[in-house]
Amino acid sequence: MTVLNPSHPTSRPGLDATPARPRRLPMDLLVHGFVALCALLIVVLLAGLFVELVVGSRLAMKTLGWRFLTSNAWNPVTGRFGVLSSLFGTLVTTVIALALAIPLSVVIALFLVELAPPRVATLVGGAIELLAAIPSIIFGMWGLFLFAPFMSDHVQPWLQRYTGGLPLFSGPPMGVGMLTAGLVLALMVLPFVTAITRDVFRMVPGVLRESAYGLGATTSEVTRKVTLPFAMPGIMGACFLGLGRALGETMAVTFVIGNDHKISGSLFAAGNTIASTLANEFSEASEPLYLSALIELGLVLLVITFLVQILAQLWLNWMGRGQEGGR
Amino acid sequence: MILAECRMKDEENMGEKPQSDPPPSLETDPAAGVEPAASFTEHGGLPSTDRPQSAPPVHKESAARPKIQVRGLNFFYGQQQVLIDNNLDVLPNKVTAIIGPSGCGKSTHIRTYNRIYALYREQRATGRIMMDGQNIMAGGVDLLDLRRRVGMIFQKPSPLPMSIFDNVAYGLRLHYKLSRGELHERLENALRKAALWDEVKDILNRPGTALSGGQQQRLCIARAIAVEPEVLLMDEPCSALDPVSTARIEDLIAELKKRYTIVIVTHNMQQASRASDYTVFMYQGNLIEYGPTPQIFTKPRNKQTEDYITGRFG
Amino acid sequence: MKARSVRRRHGLDLALKAFSGLAAFGGCFMLGWILLLLLGRGLGALNWDFFTKLPTPPGVQGGGLGNAIVGTLAITLMASLVGVPLGLLGGVFLAEFGRGTRLAAGIRFAANILMGVPSIIVGVFVYGILVKPMGGFSGYAGALALAIIMLPIVARTTEDMLRLVPGSLREAAMALGAPRWKVSFGIFLRAAKTGVLTGILLAVARVSGETAPLLFTALNSPYWNRFDSLPHLLGSFAQPTANLTVTIFNQAMSPYADWQRSAWAASLLITLGVLLVTLTSRFLIQRRGR
Repeated sequence: MTVLNPSHPTSRPGLDATPARPRRLPMDLLVHGFVALCALLIVVLLAGLFVELVVGSRLAMKTLGWRFLTSNAWNPVTGRFGVLSSLFGTLVTTVIALALAIPLSVVIALFLVELAPPRVATLVGGAIELLAAIPSIIFGMWGLFLFAPFMSDHVQPWLQRYTGGLPLFSGPPMGVGMLTAGLVLALMVLPFVTAITRDVFRMVPGVLRESAYGLGATTSEVTRKVTLPFAMPGIMGACFLGLGRALGETMAVTFVIGNDHKISGSLFAAGNTIASTLANEFSEASEPLYLSALIELGLVLLVITFLVQILAQLWLNWMGRGQEGGR
Repeated sequence: MILAECRMKDEENMGEKPQSDPPPSLETDPAAGVEPAASFTEHGGLPSTDRPQSAPPVHKESAARPKIQVRGLNFFYGQQQVLIDNNLDVLPNKVTAIIGPSGCGKSTHIRTYNRIYALYREQRATGRIMMDGQNIMAGGVDLLDLRRRVGMIFQKPSPLPMSIFDNVAYGLRLHYKLSRGELHERLENALRKAALWDEVKDILNRPGTALSGGQQQRLCIARAIAVEPEVLLMDEPCSALDPVSTARIEDLIAELKKRYTIVIVTHNMQQASRASDYTVFMYQGNLIEYGPTPQIFTKPRNKQTEDYITGRFG
Repeated sequence: MKARSVRRRHGLDLALKAFSGLAAFGGCFMLGWILLLLLGRGLGALNWDFFTKLPTPPGVQGGGLGNAIVGTLAITLMASLVGVPLGLLGGVFLAEFGRGTRLAAGIRFAANILMGVPSIIVGVFVYGILVKPMGGFSGYAGALALAIIMLPIVARTTEDMLRLVPGSLREAAMALGAPRWKVSFGIFLRAAKTGVLTGILLAVARVSGETAPLLFTALNSPYWNRFDSLPHLLGSFAQPTANLTVTIFNQAMSPYADWQRSAWAASLLITLGVLLVTLTSRFLIQRRGR
């Protein structure tokens, strides 16, 4: 190590006196540019997705016009296509799924955070996470071969008897249908929303919990009046994300929804969702119009998904900022 | 624990016989319904086979029945013991301050009085805590009522995520069925007692978090006293507040003790000497010394107490 | 004051607790039901032939899904070779080089949205940009679809893990005067490596179980890929490529019993694979103590 001489700049002998930064800078810039490109790829893909689907739907858009969005016809032979029945199925199954999954997720998250002894909480939490990891086609297999028969043998007849002929539960108890699809979807969305809700519950400050309990409240009272209101923004975010998941779920729904392009008033009837229609019919679509109509169907799903995701992100951002900006 | 030993040593050092201080046993207090915790001899000497215990300090000045009597309290975080055989009498309508260096167990000690530690599985306590003659550590005790009777104010002001009105009403709505008029009346009452009414009476619908730190803490006090407790536990209530707010709360405490028994944990010795009637000094999970505040701060009997008070450690 | 009934309050409390416990048990029950089902129906068909033979027409014994297993492994590998590095680098940008910039915020926003796009739509996309121009289905198209799904996941988890690197380490590293790229890759990424690896493993596990994106990209095939020479190997992936998930779809929906049995075996295999990777990554996290 050379002795530092105050009269000379701190450069080692043999090297010129220019500071080291410019030599390193190109490398840094290079890497910076490269990683930025990799990240930008994401935006490119997103835009590309949208553009590609629009291009693919052009034929259908030109031929079918706005009727596509308002008609529930689906006839490859005559070339009349409409999004309505698929949209209806998507909506109904999603509503059923969320209506069931969200309340159940909240109570399961409560169990994991407040009620369960640590070992039980770890086990149950682990089970829920494994449930989230199972591929959706497995849910489809289970749904088709085990759950649907269970529905048709036990649940659906019971529902029909108990509700005394309600049109909502009318029709032959086939097992496959919108109700079953909604229930399977609920099972798939559940672990997802539970994990997020659990994390949100854990973020409730200890002081708040102790203050509420310290006033002499039961767990139920603290949960209802303190924990839930505090966690509500986070739970809403979880709901949005669960909604996104439910909308796009394909394989499980395809197996159990029955694949019928009808709009029916009964939950026992078969139906279809946009995703299930694509899964079933895309490979068989031979004519350009058929294919284009399917792509337009996909475009509709993409737009809906975009909107839901954008809303979710905006909500999460607003919530995050609110918590930082608050006291 | 060391108390009896120290007294013996003091007697040796000072060559005095204990006169004004009777041996710390409960035989002198006719009002106590609890058998003495240790087999102390009359002169405060330790039986040789006994392990050290902290004596049940009862000051003979007050013939008042203690509001809270702690006997043989041990506390564990998992395997680690953090309170060792605590014995203490808390007198009614007085302010008892607990002082000691960080980590000596002061907060842990008072958190047994409302059994708030029960929220955490790995925390355990053994021993007896008698409140008005009833052992609150026993199995069948209704925690909901206990926590109504023993209120707690935390170090960090913790308004619930609701309006000021709902904050104070929270406890009332939990425990009582009240008409709107009654609710309003009790609410105003509590806020007045907490010296907050004038400042918030027009903004009752604003969220509790909109108040300043000192106001939030007074809101928490109002919330606690709304349900008519008997004891108020305060865990370093002013440590997060500025001096002006601190002074206001200390004034408040002086008022509140007329109605409630107050136990306050503080690491601020000046606050303890200003605001309390009795002071307890704790060190490493043991209750070292207990007595009237003036005595503790001017003539502590125990060397450790003296060292702490004079700032030699802690 | 009239006191509210303590019994009623306790009763309500108990009811909520019971319901919670029941729901939690229900979740575990479902998991158990599905796993037992897979084991019950799939275990019997898993034999040596299953791993080594090609599928036979229905009714003919002795077939297997060897080509599908190889296909799934190969497609997942190819997808990872593209998706993981790109995602990693993108994550480094989001957490390090682009930290705090509006550009990074925008890209993060886009990544979150891309993660929410249904996987079947990604399949339609790749169909349009690769399958149609190439004139046919291919393993490469399938790999591309999976890579597109992986990319935002890996990028975001990498970013999240890098953000967890403590501020003190950051400052210490930067104070040494080292250039940003050296610090990012040499120090921060290494500090976060367990979390990043877990994120990658989970993403790989997730895409390996996907069906929808492969439906119109890789399709399926009853043949082996060719392993005799490199050009042949590469060429064979330019054809429809067998894979487990699409096979399950085809076979399960078929009316043939032995095909359905084979579908169960394939389901068991895929599930075991995914669960194994998921549990491994959890184990890694536990060991690290994060």
